[in-house]
Amino acid sequence: MYAFEFERPGSLDAAVKALQEEDAQALGGGQTLIPTLKQRLAMPSKLVSLKGIAELQGIAQEGDVLKVGGGSTHGAVARETKGIFAGLSLMASKIGDPAVRNRGTMGGSLANNDPAACYPAALMATRGTVVTNTREIAAEEYFQGLFTTALEEGEIITSIRFPLPEKSNYQKFEQPASRFPLVGVFVAKYGDRVGVGVTGASEDGVFAWKEAEEALAGNFAPEAVDDLWVSAEGMMSDLHGTAEYRAHLVKVMTKRAVAAAE
Amino acid sequence: MPKDHGIGASTKRREDVRFLTGDGHYTDDINLHGQAYVHFLRSDVAHGRLVSVETEEAAKMPGVLRIFTGKDFEAVGSIPCGWLITSRDGQPMQEPPHPVLAQGKVRHVGDPIAAVVAETYEQARDAAEAIMVEIEDLPAVIDMKQALAEGATKVHDDLKDNLCYDWGFVEENREAVDKAIKEAHHVTTLELRNQRLVANPMEPRVAVGDYARHNDESTLYTTSQNPHVIRLLMGAFVLGIPEHKLRVAAPDVGGGFGSKIFHYAEEAFCTFAAKQLRRPVKWTSSRAEAFISDAQGRDHVTKIELALDKDNNFTALRTETYANMGAYLSTFSTSVPTWLHGTLMAGNYKTPLIYVNVKAVFTNTVPVDAYRGAGRPEATYQLERVIDKAARELGVDPLALRRQNFVTEFPYATPVAVEYDTGDYNATLDKLEEIADLKGFEARRKESEAKGKLRGLGVNCYIEACGIAPSNLVGQLGARAGLYESATVRVNATGGLVVMTGSHSHGQGHETTFPQVIADMIGIDANMVEIEHGDTANTPMGMGTYGSRSIAVGGSAMVRAAEKVIAKAKKIAAHMMEASEGDIELKDGQFTVAGTDKSLAWGDVTLAAYVPHNYPLEELEPGLEETAFYDPSNFTYPAGAYACEVEVDPETGKVTVERFAAADDFGNVINPMIVEGQVHGGIAQGVGQALLESCVYDETGQLLTGTYMDYAMPRAGDLPSYVVDHSCRTPCTHNPLGVKGCGEAGAIASPPTVVNAVIDALQSGGHKVDHIDMPVSPARVWQAMQ
Ligand SMILES: Cc1cc2nc3c(=O)[nH]c(=O)nc-3n(C[C@H](O)[C@H](O)[C@H](O)COP(=O)(O)OP(=O)(O)OC[C@H]3O[C@@H](n4cnc5c(N)ncnc54)[C@H](O)[C@@H]3O)c2cc1C
Repeated sequence: MYAFEFERPGSLDAAVKALQEEDAQALGGGQTLIPTLKQRLAMPSKLVSLKGIAELQGIAQEGDVLKVGGGSTHGAVARETKGIFAGLSLMASKIGDPAVRNRGTMGGSLANNDPAACYPAALMATRGTVVTNTREIAAEEYFQGLFTTALEEGEIITSIRFPLPEKSNYQKFEQPASRFPLVGVFVAKYGDRVGVGVTGASEDGVFAWKEAEEALAGNFAPEAVDDLWVSAEGMMSDLHGTAEYRAHLVKVMTKRAVAAAE
Repeated sequence: MPKDHGIGASTKRREDVRFLTGDGHYTDDINLHGQAYVHFLRSDVAHGRLVSVETEEAAKMPGVLRIFTGKDFEAVGSIPCGWLITSRDGQPMQEPPHPVLAQGKVRHVGDPIAAVVAETYEQARDAAEAIMVEIEDLPAVIDMKQALAEGATKVHDDLKDNLCYDWGFVEENREAVDKAIKEAHHVTTLELRNQRLVANPMEPRVAVGDYARHNDESTLYTTSQNPHVIRLLMGAFVLGIPEHKLRVAAPDVGGGFGSKIFHYAEEAFCTFAAKQLRRPVKWTSSRAEAFISDAQGRDHVTKIELALDKDNNFTALRTETYANMGAYLSTFSTSVPTWLHGTLMAGNYKTPLIYVNVKAVFTNTVPVDAYRGAGRPEATYQLERVIDKAARELGVDPLALRRQNFVTEFPYATPVAVEYDTGDYNATLDKLEEIADLKGFEARRKESEAKGKLRGLGVNCYIEACGIAPSNLVGQLGARAGLYESATVRVNATGGLVVMTGSHSHGQGHETTFPQVIADMIGIDANMVEIEHGDTANTPMGMGTYGSRSIAVGGSAMVRAAEKVIAKAKKIAAHMMEASEGDIELKDGQFTVAGTDKSLAWGDVTLAAYVPHNYPLEELEPGLEETAFYDPSNFTYPAGAYACEVEVDPETGKVTVERFAAADDFGNVINPMIVEGQVHGGIAQGVGQALLESCVYDETGQLLTGTYMDYAMPRAGDLPSYVVDHSCRTPCTHNPLGVKGCGEAGAIASPPTVVNAVIDALQSGGHKVDHIDMPVSPARVWQAMQ
């Protein structure tokens, strides 16, 4: 690790200010950033911890929307959304291990936008909104490829807003080593539409499988996607799975998520 | 004698109290006054010529004490290889030098180029970033067959080529084997890879070098399975320090699995630098560094052919193996694919003709050496996979085919140089059929099918050679060491004992099991016995722990020393009770005179040994302390049968292990709980190899699996509850405890069991798949089904 300064502001305003310093960086749960620092792959001048900011905490239902504070840990999400948003609760409960879940935050995960992160699939399927200290960003504008988002320098995710579905589920097919998704599919069913968010698979990061969304909107049953297929073109290919395998898994996981949706 | 402390009792591990409460004392817990820290600058390319290493600017950075490069080690010896192998043509193997820091060339990613010693670890790391290294890239030699091709780039310029040796075993059998295979009724052939693994002990390696000016003594604290071996190799071959001026201590060691047997450059460096700088020098490996500097395991590519007659008797076996040595020869690297592998190719079977050919190859990868099982898993995997394939081709029951060919009469001299002293392979297979409920398999398969899953059963038999090893035999085979073990049994005046063993515990539980044996011999509470190990300053020269040798060889040495102690104590007791020595009996901690009611307690006699007032001083020295060295007359041969049931998800290719059973014959068992623990851990590693683990380099020699994000370790959730049994016991005939060793069995026997089960599952689903290389990952299984 290179040396850095550390600040733990008590309010959003103070955090925004602290982040104006050149090379200052926000620290959420540190579950991605700290390992990066240990490997000397990042060299921030200052870490601004978001853990002490009340505005980033809290998970609450507001009408037909679930609002999750950007600083909410995966553990809190898993526990507190259980009866409200089954798919999200299930997703959060399967991220990493208890230590990761008790530190890592939804804001940190979405800001990092790892192509194999789980939450992007939920945000994409629900067409949710990322709320920051300055604006609101719709899911489709927010994700801009691997590890890239619409966030500006120093912008802080304060909350995430998910339109609550009638039914939802997440199917995570684990990469054998990291246990991140090799392919993860989130399905959210609403009265008039269905969202299908796919993570882990594409070279461009999370995406909505639009053909499946259409087919499922007409018939929310696993068979509805039987005649669809995902092209292997543009899928990631690595030690743990070829592009063809990933493309195949997208369909299998989608069907399973539909079957399991509650 | 309290039954919960002697031989056969499942005494809880006394060492666990400190391990589980955070009071373990590991090498990294050692911090000496004035200690400095070293960081190694390692090569990030697999192969290249070192044009220049500029350290001037870096040396001026804060806290830097000194920067060492290969030049500083020109006068220092090369890290030696402990086993000379002779090729088929009678030539000795090609043995390149292995410098402490790279000289002239770098030969694998991770090869140390320079070492920065500084006041703090972070300062050393900062300065390392300021060293300017110019490397002229050379083509990386990664694939073994390409390494041997005409005109291939050489890993070592001074060698003829990249072939370390071409070993034939037994060379005299070659023609007869070729002929038998040519004329066979049926030949089953299989090509397979036993993939490279990273040992991954929980505790990464650490070394602390120290130098005492007042007596010119060097000390190395290190994470080692065999401190005496390190002292000998480093002192005599690398640094030229006589053993009486060098102490090597390995305190608590958090797992080794073989990877901490070997003498490493970092150990020599810390010892050397401490003397140069007159400061203790510490190195603590990071996990990332462990992936590119700990010796790795396995990495064999094999073609095996099994010949059978019309009645399905095995008539001949032929194998051709390419064994990856990596860039340098690690301590026991050369013996693993040869004597620890070729000698096991008979397995449990009476195949009359066997020929094993092994080509050991240099590549631009991390050196490969022994890893849990070392050579024996590779042998077992090939043999048990090819037998399974043969059974399928011939349409016979795989168990019946094995039974028909079992060795049933002992001792049995195999055609591959070893003699099995005892065993009963039908007994362990019978036991397996019972504990694995093989009869119920078809019903369970139907249940799985009803859920849309394919279920498979894999069965497998194994034998291993443990209790390594008779010194005169291994000497003839090229070992540059003896493989005896030692123990000193020191009895204190008040009757407590300390056993100083040359064996080493890094998870095996010696501190619990060794006292159980002494407790039984004397009839005292095991808590009266303390075990010391791991420090050359207070233990007799010993060879350490690997090859499932601790209780069989180290335990035997302890028994021999204890026997001497008891014999002397009886003499003292005879004098004290005015009886004849031959009439003295020792039982339950009491000396009695046969036919009388005279008795003396153990403590009365031990006190007399140190307070010799009423003592036969003319005939007997005072004191009660004896040392013994035990050299085994043969290997021991644990054997057994394993079964595994898997479910394959046909949509994703994912394999789950549903049931796992192991029936082992370890001979006599000292502590059943510890034995079961060893089997459990071995199975976890074996299933890990079968389904998950794999160390992969790309064609440029970059390690693709250098972190846990890509190197898949087994976890508790990947494993079912096992049924393990060790009630079949044919005691070893040649050691005093009748024990065989149990540390590696699980890792040896599990991989073929799992792969056989996966193939069975796929075949049951109508997929014509004969083989999938390990790890049998979801992606590979799915691919095989397409
Ligand atoms: C062993 C392990 C297993 C894991 N498994 C999974 C898994 O299965 N699925 C999965 O999705 N993830 C997984 N993760 C990643 C985990 O979810 C991380 O917690 C998450 O990716 C990052 O969140 P964090 O709060 O720890 O962020 P940090 O590591 O603190 O920060 C990550 C990045 O986000 C920025 N940041 C943090 N908070 C904010 C904010 N509120 N606004 C703007 N920027 C911010 C930081 O500056 C940094 O650039 C795993 C991690 C580990 C260590």
